[in-house]
Amino acid sequence: MKAEAPHIDFAAISPLIALLTGSCVVLLLGLFRSGFVRTQLVPLLTVVSLGAAAGLGIWQFDDEKSVIAGSLRMDDLTHTLLMLFAAAGIATVLLAWRSLAAREAGHGEFFSLLLACVLGMVLLVAAEDLVAVFIGYELLSIPLYVLCATELRRERSLESGLKYLIIGSVGSAVLLYGLAFVYGAAGSTGFGEIARGIEARGLADDVLFLTGVGLVVTGLAFKASVAPFHQWTPDVYEGAPTPITAFMAVATKAAAFGVFLRLFDVALIGAAGTWAPALAVLAVATIVIGNVGALGQSSLKRLLAYSSVAQAGYMLAGVVVSTQLGVQATVFYLAAYLLMNLAAFAVIVVRERETDLGDDISSMYGLGASRPWLAWPMTIAMLSLAGFPATAGFFGKINLIQAVVEQEYAWLGVAIVLGSALSLAYYLRVVAAVWMRAPGEATVPARLPSAAGRPLMAGGSPEADESPLEGESQATGDGADGGFSGAQEGSDDIGARAAGASGTSGASGGATGEGQPDPAHAAAEGRTEPADPGPAPAASAGDAVRRVRQPEALAVALVCTVGTIFFGVYPSPLLDFAREAGAALGNLF
Amino acid sequence: MSSQLTIHLSILLYWPAAFALLGAIAPRRIAPAMALIGALIPLGYAVVLLIDFDAARGQTLQYVTDAKWIPDLGIRYKLGIDGLNLWLVALTTLISAASALWVAFRPTERPRLFAFHFGVAETAVLGAFLAQDLALFVLFFDLMLVPFYFLVGQWGGPARVAATVKMVIYTLVGSLLMLAGAVATATLADAGPGGGISFVLSDLVRAPLPESTQRWVFITFALAFLIKMPAFPFHGWMPDTYRNMPLPVLAIFSAVLSKVAAYGFLRVALPLFPDAAVDFQLTILILALVSIVYGSAMAFTTREVRLVLGYSSIAQLGFITLGIFSLTSKGAQGAILQMVNHGLVVAPLFFIVALLAERSHGSESLRDMGGIAFRGPVLATLFLIVALATLAMPGSANFVGEFLILLGLFEAKRAIAIIAFLGVAMASVYMLRAYIRAMHNRTGTEVESRDISVRDGLVLVPLVLAIIAFALYPQAALDDGEKGVQAAVRPAQQAAQPTDTVAEATP
Repeated sequence: MKAEAPHIDFAAISPLIALLTGSCVVLLLGLFRSGFVRTQLVPLLTVVSLGAAAGLGIWQFDDEKSVIAGSLRMDDLTHTLLMLFAAAGIATVLLAWRSLAAREAGHGEFFSLLLACVLGMVLLVAAEDLVAVFIGYELLSIPLYVLCATELRRERSLESGLKYLIIGSVGSAVLLYGLAFVYGAAGSTGFGEIARGIEARGLADDVLFLTGVGLVVTGLAFKASVAPFHQWTPDVYEGAPTPITAFMAVATKAAAFGVFLRLFDVALIGAAGTWAPALAVLAVATIVIGNVGALGQSSLKRLLAYSSVAQAGYMLAGVVVSTQLGVQATVFYLAAYLLMNLAAFAVIVVRERETDLGDDISSMYGLGASRPWLAWPMTIAMLSLAGFPATAGFFGKINLIQAVVEQEYAWLGVAIVLGSALSLAYYLRVVAAVWMRAPGEATVPARLPSAAGRPLMAGGSPEADESPLEGESQATGDGADGGFSGAQEGSDDIGARAAGASGTSGASGGATGEGQPDPAHAAAEGRTEPADPGPAPAASAGDAVRRVRQPEALAVALVCTVGTIFFGVYPSPLLDFAREAGAALGNLF
Repeated sequence: MSSQLTIHLSILLYWPAAFALLGAIAPRRIAPAMALIGALIPLGYAVVLLIDFDAARGQTLQYVTDAKWIPDLGIRYKLGIDGLNLWLVALTTLISAASALWVAFRPTERPRLFAFHFGVAETAVLGAFLAQDLALFVLFFDLMLVPFYFLVGQWGGPARVAATVKMVIYTLVGSLLMLAGAVATATLADAGPGGGISFVLSDLVRAPLPESTQRWVFITFALAFLIKMPAFPFHGWMPDTYRNMPLPVLAIFSAVLSKVAAYGFLRVALPLFPDAAVDFQLTILILALVSIVYGSAMAFTTREVRLVLGYSSIAQLGFITLGIFSLTSKGAQGAILQMVNHGLVVAPLFFIVALLAERSHGSESLRDMGGIAFRGPVLATLFLIVALATLAMPGSANFVGEFLILLGLFEAKRAIAIIAFLGVAMASVYMLRAYIRAMHNRTGTEVESRDISVRDGLVLVPLVLAIIAFALYPQAALDDGEKGVQAAVRPAQQAAQPTDTVAEATP
């Protein structure tokens, strides 16, 4: 018998090719000696690669194709989520541009892994075959394990990577086991055949099949951090380098829910009567556990980790109803969630580099008076996560509640709003920290990662030894920045000037603000400020605030904030995308 | 019809927010002026509305703005004015303007941010009054909280952060439940023109829900409104919030925000859930009654002037709720009138509290006051007029309002009306007690009395004149409101009709 290779539609999988090519090129470029190539060109090409993938996705939009012998389906759900991944990826690159993690792990490796991870996500959400699901799942997970541990000299980062590896592997194993059961019961790995098999063989109450479904739910719940499989989330989120945490929070979640939608609302739809109530219970448990867990957290990353658990509960509600509206609501919520979370993480990244407080909530104290350009993104991100009106999160919730009420799950809608009410307690605590606390109130001992010393993990990149302290390398005004930082000078000035202006109008500003040196002038002359001369007088109370020039992180925060507000006032463009994504599955119901 | 002016409500709505933004970026010296302009122009707008409004068509929406907004979710951008909200919009603009004037004379710290939140607050409140789409109403209703959260948290008293978080969580629990209720209403009614989902109120009125659904949805709305008012036993957030809110903000908060809740009953809850309203009528009447008694009792035992006013508001809002849930048009008309009255009296009272505190060495306790009237006759006169209006002295508009409420209630539930009369008497006790203890009595040890300054007079005198004018001619509001109120109450009356006849038939 002559083996025949499957027909491959290269146009349809062009986004995947862009990501794969990018990953390889970036990895090889990372081997160059030139600092410019490694620290500037590599991230730039990563962004280009992600942008190309998103662009090709837009080009292919509205095209529905099953490709590679029916293992992947490039439809609008895939394309929409692809754009989300690309957006999250680009934001992560920007946040990681100057990070310690990328420097220690080596830029080439770091960004190459990131691209591979995005590739895995696209595969996962496009997968229309159990084997492809697993390949995507692993391709997404393994780079993430490594990325979590890229701050080689920080124990917590290594711990985070290890934890994620172990728990993630358990998740993978469970998922694989479940997939095998499903295959065994349904007799096929293709989603379409499984769906037909369920009807044809009456599998909706078949023990073998339901065991498989249960194991699949467990495996995916690990990835989506759905309670009670969320325990790794806070530790891993806290330990991982913050840009990677941001990436995990938004992109991994989107990928996990993408496969949830496709697997459950397409392949397993016939058994919905059995799994939907179970998932609904999981959703409520997740909402409660996530929100309660976040209440007492003082680490912002832990807080956002628990909040991401709670948000996973809201989104799971959209999966439960398994209707076109449910898919639309989930996708819309994923997009809104991406915007508001990235804004928050960008602010955390900026503050981590500026203060010695790490991601502790006290790093936000007094932000409103001294740095309005950081304070507003954080505030709006928190309000949006809590579901306040005029933010994208509000319409996300409305859409979700519509979807669940329509399917007689009104109690799930009530659970969502009660969860949101509970979540106010911690989101508002962050907002209060930003606006209503003075920087001097910070009492928490600084948990400064010990950046000096030998690498904790063998095989640490030699780059790491060149500039162990990012603050220092920033302060000395690295010449390698060259044209790049010059080009961004302008936007930096805006931030500095705004911050300076607000400093003079600050709470304790008044008369004292007038005579201060204006940081905007210093920035305009091209000098970097090693330490804030202190337009906000309270900043002198123990914690030194460095002004680190990082316009790209500020840009991420501002763009995401503007997006949150814009889609909070006029959500229709985003809804259109979400509707297309819903319709892609809707055709199959 | 054609004689009516074309008035764009969106301009009225977003004017304060626009100037809030200007205030946020303007030099700090002129930020309060921006807030003032942002508040005065809407006041002018409201006056034009009052003159131009066609009372004969009070039940139909006028000056309607109706535009496509989010077709996917069935949400339209629909604003309108009818007899229900006309005077409340006017009240909002008046109180905001007075408060902005007060702030302009006494600039706060960080004036630019203050101006920003102040303007956004007015826009949000106006939005809640003007919205004719359920989702839009909920949006503005929730949005109101954000600027007040910041206003209390940044410019408030010593325990401001705890107080503001408590306020937001308390009130938002209700609001979020209402959000779920609102979405459920629209989704289950499927009242859109093509059978699709629609949040537009006029569509929803035409497609009532089954009674069992109405019941739980009504509960979510009632909770939101009762917490916001606040009514007993949902008032737990009130004392801390009132203690810590800056006074000019508190004037708006107390005068206007509680009215949004009462207005919500008339605009949303009664027309949309008439069966449930009849079912829960007695429950809510009893809650209102308890609010009156409890609020009055607390008001004449507390020593903090702010809380006297806070608890008296609970009592007054109890009266308003009684009027609304008498489910008679007389009672509801009285309720509308009383909403305006209460707003008109409570705002100047809070300004007077600020003046009293200035004269008694910063203390707002009745114990540290006394004898302020001796050197401040004008202040005393203004206070007395407002106090007499508050206790519904015959001749004041408040008297007319309370009279109508009790009349309506008397037709509906006689026993409750009789107990409610007690509340009228108690109002005079707590108001006169506050007045006497502050203005007369033995002079407090730290009191330095002086009369009102011209600047403060500029804020207070127009408000007092408004009270007097309203006392002379309350009919203006009654005429404008009559048709709108009848339309709002009618569904519930019809729902109550069959049960009444059954009840009469059984004995």
